[in-house]
Amino acid sequence: MTDQSNDAPRKAGGASRRDFLRTAGLAAGGAALAATGARANAPDALITEVQPYASFTGEGVDATPYGMPIHFEEHVVRRNVEWLTADPISSINFTPIHALEGTITPQGCAFERHHSGAIEMSKQEYRLMINGLVDRPLVFTFADLMRLPRESHVYFCECAANSGMEWGGAQLNGAQFTHGMIHNMEYIGVPLRVLLEEAGVQPEGKWVYVEGHDASSNGRSIPLEKAMDDCLVAFYANGEALRMEHGYPVRLVVPGWEGNMWVKWLRRIAVYHAAVESREETSKYTDLLANGVARKWTYEMDAKSVITAPSPQAPASHGAGPMVITGLAWSGRGKITRVDVSTDGGVNWVEARLAGDPLPMALTRFYVDHVWDGKPMLLQSRAVDETGYVQPTKDQLRAVRGLNSIYHNNGIQTWYVNENGEAENVEVS
Amino acid sequence: VLAQEFGLGRAALPEEIEAWDVAVLPDGTGLPEGSGDVYDGEEAWINNCASCHGDFAEGAGAWPVIAGGDGTLTDARPVKTVGSYWPYLSTVFDYVHRSMPFGAAQILTYDETYAITAYILYSNGIVDDDFVLSRDNFTEVNMPNVDGFIVDDRVDTEFPLFVTEPCMSDCTDSVEISKRASDIAVTPPFPRLLLDG
Repeated sequence: MTDQSNDAPRKAGGASRRDFLRTAGLAAGGAALAATGARANAPDALITEVQPYASFTGEGVDATPYGMPIHFEEHVVRRNVEWLTADPISSINFTPIHALEGTITPQGCAFERHHSGAIEMSKQEYRLMINGLVDRPLVFTFADLMRLPRESHVYFCECAANSGMEWGGAQLNGAQFTHGMIHNMEYIGVPLRVLLEEAGVQPEGKWVYVEGHDASSNGRSIPLEKAMDDCLVAFYANGEALRMEHGYPVRLVVPGWEGNMWVKWLRRIAVYHAAVESREETSKYTDLLANGVARKWTYEMDAKSVITAPSPQAPASHGAGPMVITGLAWSGRGKITRVDVSTDGGVNWVEARLAGDPLPMALTRFYVDHVWDGKPMLLQSRAVDETGYVQPTKDQLRAVRGLNSIYHNNGIQTWYVNENGEAENVEVS
Repeated sequence: VLAQEFGLGRAALPEEIEAWDVAVLPDGTGLPEGSGDVYDGEEAWINNCASCHGDFAEGAGAWPVIAGGDGTLTDARPVKTVGSYWPYLSTVFDYVHRSMPFGAAQILTYDETYAITAYILYSNGIVDDDFVLSRDNFTEVNMPNVDGFIVDDRVDTEFPLFVTEPCMSDCTDSVEISKRASDIAVTPPFPRLLLDG
């Protein structure tokens, strides 16, 4: 918590102008005013004194050809957790979902997951091969791909391991860390179907194997039905080229399915009679059950949600009274139709307000316009998708799967919010 | 058979397909000519792999363990290795050849990859030390956990439990906190988002 003493403005006379502005700003938005129903006891100097930005000039239009967020927002960045992996090359970082709003993830802070680092490849170097059980094995340049019919869609990309560290209990403290292996972008690209039709899939072709240009290759097998349905070979995200770390210049988009299959730096599309059963679909991205047998090909990401504020990194420091409870919900099996929110650990629920029209297999923003009584809360959210699937509790999932499936943890998250509005990752029973 | 519509792209040449299509399927599709034995594999392993994965494929530091862990899949902390978990030998050959050593991938010849694969089998107690692996006998190797996988069954095992009309009020008695992240304290330090700061 920051210093929110009532007399902060009165110290201003003896402080520098810069200090004065900072302390005055704290008091203006702080608990002092909230607690007294926004009644000021002294005129606000931010209003009564002419501020520098109202007198002098700001930066010219030539200062920033491509801008970064203002430095006040420097906490809204990707973060990693060193102990999760052996090295930072085959590793993960996390989207700051606790500090974002709406549904579109800014590319610059959208999470990364690489298996042999983020590679640098130009459009001139780029080649895409289609081979295997096709009539015409083909090589495309990037320029070729730009001549094919495009589509645009908004989809979430969620790592299969998102929330995986939480299978055994409450571990990492913050929505960024527990739920931040996710981003949601507007993609523009060519349907994978169009490319496969150019090559001509032969009748014996049942599986499509996709792999990247990087050393890890990240090869995965996709059933032909999905490949011919809604997969996109994407070049643009959120209005511009893909970022290097997200697969520049070309990645695969596999709507609703685990992020591992969204192959980056896409280099080859092969049609085979069977699944390759590559490393990334045998050793990894298989889900061990309590009986020692593992599920394979667990493609869909089930309905899930999380309250992004209040949350451990975004405490409700404003005190009792009106409060915005907000969060994200999503489902790999279609649209979100409803989100319920509980403030008492799941004893009672209210239906949240969904922002906009939910899109299938995309992030959906929800709100509860809550009046907080200032007492501790156990906040939970529960997503429902158009199949009727209701997001389960962690205990419900553990009853089916045990504790060691690593991937696909879509259990309900609980935040304990104390009297000061500080939140903590907990489990309840 | 689907028709070509746009006429974009050009025919891939055989040399190009050979260079990039190095995938190996469980039935042996894609296996190249070549062979290698356990002793040659040990030498190649020591030169290329042991600094991360240990002399006996037992792992080093936090790097992956390649051998061991037999019978641990129902333990509290399973040890999932090539021997205890991987269903197919094709994946070992394919992954090692294409993506290892980490940081210098695609330097191993086909014969070296056969030999290293033989050494990994030996390290896992699956073959004897005089074993020679080749394209001809590759699919005869029995992997211990080949039957350890089922196709995703969530629609059958979980949907009946979770596709229900959820409770909205007085759903349980009072709840208690049972686990707290602060008890573990492994989260990296981060600035909290202070709307008033």
